[in-house]
Amino acid sequence: MTSGIRFDGVTVRYGDTTVLDALTLTVEPGEVMALLGPSGSGKTTALRTVAGFVTPSAGRVHIGDRDVTDLPPYRRGIGMVVQQYALFPHLRVDENVAFGLKARKHPRAEIPGRVAEALEMTGMGAYARRHPRELSGGQQQRVAIARALAIRPDVLLLDEPLSALDAQLRSGMLAELARLHRELPDVSILYVTHDQVEALTLADRISVMDRARLQDCGTPQELYRRPRTAFTASFVGNANLLPVRVGPDGVDLAGTALKVPVGDAAPGAAATLCVRPHLIGLGEGPNALRGRIAEVQWRGATHRLYVDVDGHRVKADVRELRDTPPLGSEVTLHFAPEDAVLLAAGVNDG
Amino acid sequence: MASAQATAPPVVTAVRPHRSRTVPAWVWALPPVAVLGLVFLYPLGLVVQESLAPGAYAEVLASASFRDALVTTVWLAVGATVGCLVLGFVLALIVAFVPFPGAKAVSRFIDVFLSFPSFLITLALLFVYGTVGMANGLWTGATGADAVSDGPFHFLTTPWGVLLAEITYFTPFVMRPLLAAFSQLDTAQLEVASSLGARPARIVRRVILPEVLPALAAGGSLVLVMCLNEFGIVLFTGAKGVTTLPMLVYSQAILESDYAAACVVAVVNVALSVGLYAVYRAVSRRAGA
Repeated sequence: MTSGIRFDGVTVRYGDTTVLDALTLTVEPGEVMALLGPSGSGKTTALRTVAGFVTPSAGRVHIGDRDVTDLPPYRRGIGMVVQQYALFPHLRVDENVAFGLKARKHPRAEIPGRVAEALEMTGMGAYARRHPRELSGGQQQRVAIARALAIRPDVLLLDEPLSALDAQLRSGMLAELARLHRELPDVSILYVTHDQVEALTLADRISVMDRARLQDCGTPQELYRRPRTAFTASFVGNANLLPVRVGPDGVDLAGTALKVPVGDAAPGAAATLCVRPHLIGLGEGPNALRGRIAEVQWRGATHRLYVDVDGHRVKADVRELRDTPPLGSEVTLHFAPEDAVLLAAGVNDG
Repeated sequence: MASAQATAPPVVTAVRPHRSRTVPAWVWALPPVAVLGLVFLYPLGLVVQESLAPGAYAEVLASASFRDALVTTVWLAVGATVGCLVLGFVLALIVAFVPFPGAKAVSRFIDVFLSFPSFLITLALLFVYGTVGMANGLWTGATGADAVSDGPFHFLTTPWGVLLAEITYFTPFVMRPLLAAFSQLDTAQLEVASSLGARPARIVRRVILPEVLPALAAGGSLVLVMCLNEFGIVLFTGAKGVTTLPMLVYSQAILESDYAAACVVAVVNVALSVGLYAVYRAVSRRAGA
């Protein structure tokens, strides 16, 4: 393996507090791996162990074939982009991009060409002579990406790079990042975010983190369609998680029999049924659930209904309704058996 | 047919704020102007007036003692400022960026240090490096020399002693604004610079220094002005061959009772200081201080 990242049981402790607990994970060469999780889940700490700004209390970090655990940051050969851009305000755009090349003592004659190439790649060629203060947030982020790419790193670390941008810019930058990755297929990217849309859009695989531990890892489709834990189901896609008991031919939700694939689950066992809100329909159908409307939210193209079903609140995203049902009215929801996933244990209702 | 009835807009009466007494604004300017004039401007005017005695400027400016004092004052001030800038920058870097136990306490002590009188530092240096100080005492004890004054440390009564004392005393005046500037630095910039391959020395040179240059310049300007006017340190070191402009004013006015000459030297000193203070203010404004 020439690039890629390997965490080998990496633990980070501050006193009695463990902020990263025995992380073992491999980012393949050329792969985009998203570390997805809420604040304090340990995802940024994991990234910082790769960058060299945090020293693991235990475990090793590898970049390619090299064990970089004890190397200082400037000898790791990484590119890094952070949330607030961290451009050098006293340097022009081209000088910012050239910073890494000069620090690595690249031949002087090559530097202008490499800078121009990186700026063209990010669409910032026309802004080379400007200072960062003369650029918008999105443009500054492009310069930060160009600066990281100019050194042609094997590994690119992106720490919530789009969090400071507004929704429209973020969407555009996501497309730009996807394009950049297609142009640089050999660069391994570790992408830290708390935004599931960014992770689902960009990543080849997603590692879901919570409370300093890796909870789940898989392709976006796997995590979204077949989550393995209640946390993943809840954090990625905000699924409905309903406590059920496994029956011979499905599950039982507070007396309502539902036909869903139960796999290897033993009859009589407690389990959690996961159903995505957009896979729930309004009206009669298979696996009907009757309940009362508790809240209705209009979301433009859709309505989100919150329906109380046997003491459990079920979220359903339905196409925009012409006549919204009044609060407290009785409605019937349904979902297809193949759209439900049965999770082993750990009820996380709500 | 309904008749339209025009409605007059409501009459709005502006209510003037009630004043119990009407005192013209300029009256409030009188007390500070009077105090300023009486306490500062009038004495300063007297000094300038005294300096304008016939032939006083020509005589003083032509004298070797004035030229020596001017040169000594300027080189001591410039030397001390350079020393303070270098030492202050290095120490502030360590305090701000090198994690060590007690860094915060050191930072707070710098604030306290600024309130110390200058003679106290000089007195402390006398205890350590004075002719009969600790350093010479240790030397005598180690070598078995007859008298403490036989020790090798006698520099405190030379210009180098004054320079050391001024650097010791004024360095915190550079550190304070620097530490404030360092605290405003985006640490992500330093981390990104490091990840791009920059070693610590390059980060200091290419990232930190350019960003704190205004604070460094402001601190340096302040120290330069203070060194130009420093009297206590020069007096307390007892450096006989070191005569600065403030010392010359003292000797002309108090020891020789030549007030006209003393006032000429004082006016030159004030002009130097005010000029440099103007530079300091300009730099401070740029630094946002």
